[in-house]
Amino acid sequence: MTQSQTEMIQDAGDAGIETRPMIVAQDVQKWYDNHFHALRGVSLTVNKGEVVVIMGPSGSGKSTFIRTFNALESYQKGRIEVDGIHLCHDLKNIAEIRREVGMVFQQFNLFPHLTVLKNVTLAPIWVRRWPKAKAEEVAMRLLERVGILEQAHKYPGQLSGGQQQRVAIARALAMQPKIMLFDEPTSALDPEMVREVLDVMLSLARSGMTMVVVTHEVGFAREVADRVVLMADGLLVEAATPEDFFNRPQEDRTKKFLSQIL
Amino acid sequence: MTSSLSTASPPEVRRRPRRWLQKNLFNSWLNGLITIALGGVLLWAGVEFLTWAIVEADWRVIPANLPLYFVGRYPADQYWRLWLMLAIIGALSGLTWGVLAQRVVRLFTVPVLVGLSLGGLGMMLIPTPPIYRLFGLGITLVSVFSAWGGRQLARQFSQLGQWLSLLWAVTFLVAFWLIRGGLGLKVVSSNDWGGLLLTVLMSVASILLCFPLGVLLALGRQSSLPVVRGLSMAYIELVRGVPLISILFMGQVMIPLFLPEGVRPDRVARAILGLTLFSAAYLAENVRGGLQAIPRGQWEAANALGFNAPLTVGLIVLPQAIKISIPAIVGQFIGLFQDTTLLSIVGLLELLGISRAILANPEFLGKYGETYLFIGVIYWGFCYAMSIGSRRLEQQLNTGQR
Repeated sequence: MTQSQTEMIQDAGDAGIETRPMIVAQDVQKWYDNHFHALRGVSLTVNKGEVVVIMGPSGSGKSTFIRTFNALESYQKGRIEVDGIHLCHDLKNIAEIRREVGMVFQQFNLFPHLTVLKNVTLAPIWVRRWPKAKAEEVAMRLLERVGILEQAHKYPGQLSGGQQQRVAIARALAMQPKIMLFDEPTSALDPEMVREVLDVMLSLARSGMTMVVVTHEVGFAREVADRVVLMADGLLVEAATPEDFFNRPQEDRTKKFLSQIL
Repeated sequence: MTSSLSTASPPEVRRRPRRWLQKNLFNSWLNGLITIALGGVLLWAGVEFLTWAIVEADWRVIPANLPLYFVGRYPADQYWRLWLMLAIIGALSGLTWGVLAQRVVRLFTVPVLVGLSLGGLGMMLIPTPPIYRLFGLGITLVSVFSAWGGRQLARQFSQLGQWLSLLWAVTFLVAFWLIRGGLGLKVVSSNDWGGLLLTVLMSVASILLCFPLGVLLALGRQSSLPVVRGLSMAYIELVRGVPLISILFMGQVMIPLFLPEGVRPDRVARAILGLTLFSAAYLAENVRGGLQAIPRGQWEAANALGFNAPLTVGLIVLPQAIKISIPAIVGQFIGLFQDTTLLSIVGLLELLGISRAILANPEFLGKYGETYLFIGVIYWGFCYAMSIGSRRLEQQLNTGQR
């Protein structure tokens, strides 16, 4: 991690000195339109600089849960605070939170009609109102950091999946978020491209970024996570350090899950 | 990486005419029979047509009325204004082409050169006074020169492309001023506009006006606000349920009845209004198809980055949606161009209307074949040009391929 890279993530340097909660979710409940009870009272606090990995079988509500953090999904009961801002129906609060929370999706969701560079600079220019020159300078540094500098003027359709996902990470970082959410970032990738994306995420975690990661990558969870959380059937089953989670699981549900994936 | 592999090219397949015939036309005795029968019919039709065109047809109706076909009753002493307009548009078209083709290695490829020479030759053969033939040739040369110049300029000033759309907007205003007059020029009433001039004018104006309206309707129909959505849907369904001709009749006959004496909007303006309102409803449905093809992930990514709804639509969703809908939109525009012929029924002397007026002249009675064939070729030329333009635009915007 070089000096400039550390500087880029603001407020990241003092991680671990104070434990300021960045995300506080209390008893979050969500019903989908068809009355499916997706989240049945989930509580989780993510502290500043912490990396939380959420695991769980598909349909357990883990994606739905992290998507409530930036209001991509609504919730009907409970309370969520992100960086001290109450996440409610107030559009102003939502806009404020979305500026501070970056998200990386399973399907990359790059804008196919724009070059890689424009993908990264679009939000800083239009949402943060940065001058174009500044946005491009930051974008080029981020693209260099994720190793895609040479592809800056190509279109997303011309890149491999791994490259696209690294661009998506750079795009989210360009807004200089305080929190990064990863929704199964490697699940849509060919196996040989998973490593390059995880490496970028690893260096991001080491730089002190607050991260919530939904993933099935056990290696990543062991190596990087401060806490690993298991969700099943819309409930939070167990939260523990990776060491305890993988070696001394307390709940039967966790043991069953681990026996299926390990 | 694997340069030794990538240099290998597929084995060259030589096409022999005999093999081609055998494979495509005579690969079974039934297909051979069909080929012979259809070939016979085509040959017979071709011979009949040529006999008619060369021996029987009396083509004098075309050159004798050429000004009428092209500009209707536009006063002859003001033709210079239209020539000037053509020259400006020709120059700007050339410039645009040159700027768009700045990365192409050769601007004047063989097909382009052939097309240009044929166009130039056609200009020289038009049965008009020689001075007009020279004007035609001159405008072709101006286009060619500005295409070359535009390419050179675009390579030096990368900003040029952004100014082109502004330049086009100014040109449309200037063209309208040149046609209509005023501000120092003699005013030519819209009753005297006619022929191809009127057809193109009404089409271009309707296309330019119906595009933004159609896009707004498409967005309104997708809106989450029930009133906006309801009104958009009501408008689209209402207009799509009524034939264009009745809307045009309404514009020409009904509107004046409702308005007080003396207040009578221009006939051409009413026609453009009718065409615009009609096309916008269909265009909205085409754009809606494009909007629905945009994956939800694009909205989510934009939302997650903090874009509000108008920015998401304007920067991310709409550009992609319109790109997808280009073939349908251009099809719609081609239809609109052809639909202007309906205005001849409500008494406007556009290309078809003026042809009917010419055919009513005792001197040219019964020259239907010659006249309709002539204007048919003109309509086809314009529609085919739009079609080619749309394909070019698609290629230009195609960013997905490796």
